[in-house]
Amino acid sequence: MSMNASSLTDGQPITGLGCNRLLGAVAAIFALLASPLTAFASYDVNIPPPATSVATQIYGLHMYILYFCAVIFVVVFAAMFYSIFKFRKSKGAKADVNFHESTLIEIIWTIIPFFILLFMAVPATKSVLDMKDTSNPDMTIKVTGYQWGWRYDYAADDFGFYSTLSTPWNQIGQPGEPATEKKGDDYLLEVDNPLVVPVGKRIRVLVTSNDVIHGWYVPQLGINQYGIPGFIKDVWFKADRVGTFKGQCSQICGKLHGYMPVTVVVKSEADYAKWLDESKTKWKPKKNDAVAAAPADDYTKVYTLAETKAAGEKIYTANCVACHQASGKGTPPAFPALSGSKVVLGPVDGQINLLLNGKAGTAMASFARLSDTDIAAVMTYTKNSWDNKTGKVVQPADIKAKRKS
Amino acid sequence: MASATTHDQSHAGHDAHDHHGPGPWTRIFTTTNHKDIGSMYLWFSLVMFFVGGAMALLIRAELFQPGLQVVQPEFFNSLTTVHALVMIFGAVMPAFVGFANWLIPLQIGTADMAFPRMNNWSFWLMIPATFLLMASFFVPGGAAASGWTLYPPLVTQGGIGVDMTILAIHILGASSIMGSINIITTILNLRAPGMTLMRMPMFVWTWLITAYLIIAVMPVLAGCITMLLTDRHFGTSFFNAAGGGDPTMFMHIFWFFGHPEVYILILPAFGIMSQIIPTFARKPLFGYASMVYATASIAILSFIVWGHHMFTVGMPAAGQLFFMYATMLIAVPTGVKIFNWIATMWRGSISFETPMLFAIGFLCMFTLGGFSGLVLAIVPVDITLHNTYYVVAHFHYVLFPGAIWALMAGVYFWLPKWTGRMYNESLGKWHFWISAISFNVTFFPQHFLGLAGMPRRIPDYALQFSDWNQISTVGAFVLGFSQLLFVYNVVSTIRSGKKAEQKQWDSADSLEWTHLPSPVPYHTFETPPDLRGAKMAGH
Repeated sequence: MSMNASSLTDGQPITGLGCNRLLGAVAAIFALLASPLTAFASYDVNIPPPATSVATQIYGLHMYILYFCAVIFVVVFAAMFYSIFKFRKSKGAKADVNFHESTLIEIIWTIIPFFILLFMAVPATKSVLDMKDTSNPDMTIKVTGYQWGWRYDYAADDFGFYSTLSTPWNQIGQPGEPATEKKGDDYLLEVDNPLVVPVGKRIRVLVTSNDVIHGWYVPQLGINQYGIPGFIKDVWFKADRVGTFKGQCSQICGKLHGYMPVTVVVKSEADYAKWLDESKTKWKPKKNDAVAAAPADDYTKVYTLAETKAAGEKIYTANCVACHQASGKGTPPAFPALSGSKVVLGPVDGQINLLLNGKAGTAMASFARLSDTDIAAVMTYTKNSWDNKTGKVVQPADIKAKRKS
Repeated sequence: MASATTHDQSHAGHDAHDHHGPGPWTRIFTTTNHKDIGSMYLWFSLVMFFVGGAMALLIRAELFQPGLQVVQPEFFNSLTTVHALVMIFGAVMPAFVGFANWLIPLQIGTADMAFPRMNNWSFWLMIPATFLLMASFFVPGGAAASGWTLYPPLVTQGGIGVDMTILAIHILGASSIMGSINIITTILNLRAPGMTLMRMPMFVWTWLITAYLIIAVMPVLAGCITMLLTDRHFGTSFFNAAGGGDPTMFMHIFWFFGHPEVYILILPAFGIMSQIIPTFARKPLFGYASMVYATASIAILSFIVWGHHMFTVGMPAAGQLFFMYATMLIAVPTGVKIFNWIATMWRGSISFETPMLFAIGFLCMFTLGGFSGLVLAIVPVDITLHNTYYVVAHFHYVLFPGAIWALMAGVYFWLPKWTGRMYNESLGKWHFWISAISFNVTFFPQHFLGLAGMPRRIPDYALQFSDWNQISTVGAFVLGFSQLLFVYNVVSTIRSGKKAEQKQWDSADSLEWTHLPSPVPYHTFETPPDLRGAKMAGH
């Protein structure tokens, strides 16, 4: 950008703005900008290091196209600035008014770009065909987007789990209420349960959505795929090294679109096998659980107000606080207050129904994926917090009874 | 912009058939004069430019640092949505229609637009539409927060604000279609004797092609937002898989409108460039005929590239390849235009008044925007850049120094003709240089953010994106506030500028400069000039 500025000034005779003053101003702006920032992290200028063959091709193609662009840039800008410099009226240039047509030149500069484009199209085409070839996978994982998080299903092993942002809300803050906790290194890129895959295996990913369109985007794996409700699309990757790879939801999906990270952990085969064993027990649904999503728990247990309310506060902070706020006041009308809410203070059934099924046409999603114990706890919490003082305790069995069989 | 002066002119001037009639308010509501309506369009778009700009600054303020400081995420989403709608439908399109109104009758040698009353109506339709759009911020649920692309099912979750937005777009679309019918009819039927199609100034040519694009795609947009409306309220399931519909179909229909829309925003800018560059290079436009053909080719190709906005929906390889090749092909006619403009400067005698500075700035920045467009056309690369800040940088490079600078250049260029007064040249230069630097400070770092993987339309971001975002925000505030220089310059020109000459620019060669005094009288070319045998622009 400074190049344009300085070169243009050279060609600017009738001026109130001297070249030196202008360059001085540019330098001053950059100095001003640079000084307070050097204390912070990074000035990344390129695609992060690829970790799959597809991502490597993407990285290479981008550089390849960029070199073409750089050469064309130099040629075009050289011609332009040469004209600007050489044919200045102030230097006595006389216009050659007859030079306004040349069929030969015009044919040349139509044909040459066409051939340059061919050089770009050939390698791009090869990569496209490779990216779209999802045949012969070693394993298949289903990714489902939710407002606002992901669900990963390992269909072959009959288990699955949810993955949501684990950055605490007191690192994020609110307008008027600054964050009370220092932002961690993985701010907004950390999740409770990452997707775990083995290294060196060809993994087919089926992407879909439960509500609105989401984008499952992990740059280092070379994947950016919309999850479209009602449809399943597939992509694939084969990680070439062990590591943790981060991304985010790429398609605007409502209020917390910016708070929907993706984390993929690639483990060695041995580590993956160990993780798989643990996960099977941890996430395996009970046979009689109608909603396979909810983790298994003992819904027959009866809790007291104190113990369940404390547990409920944690569930509330993880799942509800973004919309309904820590104060329970929400941000009406889009996100109603729970403090003093008719639904919360009313009959238990209404609130259970809302939590299990969501409310169509609003951002209130179904939370059927939470266990009976968790839903009961969070309900107890909302019924006994802020201005709500019902003294009522909701038990897991109440929830169990309302789940569709 | 010239309403005050042209009105005086009509009193003081020669005309026997007088204009004593209506007072200023009645005149605003009832005028059918293309110059009045042109000015009204331009003032309206200037106001909307600042409304949309204020939203952009709120967005940049929130993005100054990670965390939530200024706005709630939902309101942030509304800001990105309405910023885009206001800039596209409220600022850029009406501004170009304003230019069309002012210039087309003057440049083809006719008294007025073909349908003067419809002209008045197309302007006034925009007022209730804008009111609906802005009022949607204050209804329960707030303004549409789904991005300007209005993808279902997200948009179906919105409140009544979404319905108001849909209605506003309907009305604005109707206004654009009427404007286009008017423009096409005027150009095809009212040209002065001897003003053959291939002798028309390039601005007229680009608008003729743009008007056809508008008539072709606005009804498509109207259809698809109507389907949204019935999905929202009447239980149809065009875009709802549970009822047999498909959200992807919305994207296909929307972008069948959306891509030609991009060219609707830029082709008239090409026209303005093709008037300004030859004037200040003191040479006819290079390759007039190939410019016409290139513009037409771009317009035709724009109908078959929409799929490149949706490479990540999971379309089959054949679809991706077709849209990639078609998109890359657009580089050819676009390149022809750039080369022609450079060749126009070649062996010219160039001077660098404000309109020319903006024109050269346009050339440089639009070329950069073209490069990033080429990068994005490559499917595998687009996969990693789709919906990141790289895309934001790309389309701001083609739309701000593209469409907006062309408009600014055009205002500086024709202001002497419209008002009979000359703007302040050094203030104009300050405006250009501050805009040029701050624009690049704002948007160039966004390429890096996108490459590093920062998604667009997020109110908060990971720490590694902080530095470039801070720079971008600083640039945006300088860019935003420096546009006030433009307003000051325009207003002070109208109030107290030095008197302009008929041919303020010595080699300007279209009819408004060669045949009409500055300021142009309220009524012009009541008898069309006979141009048969006359030497014309670009020939």
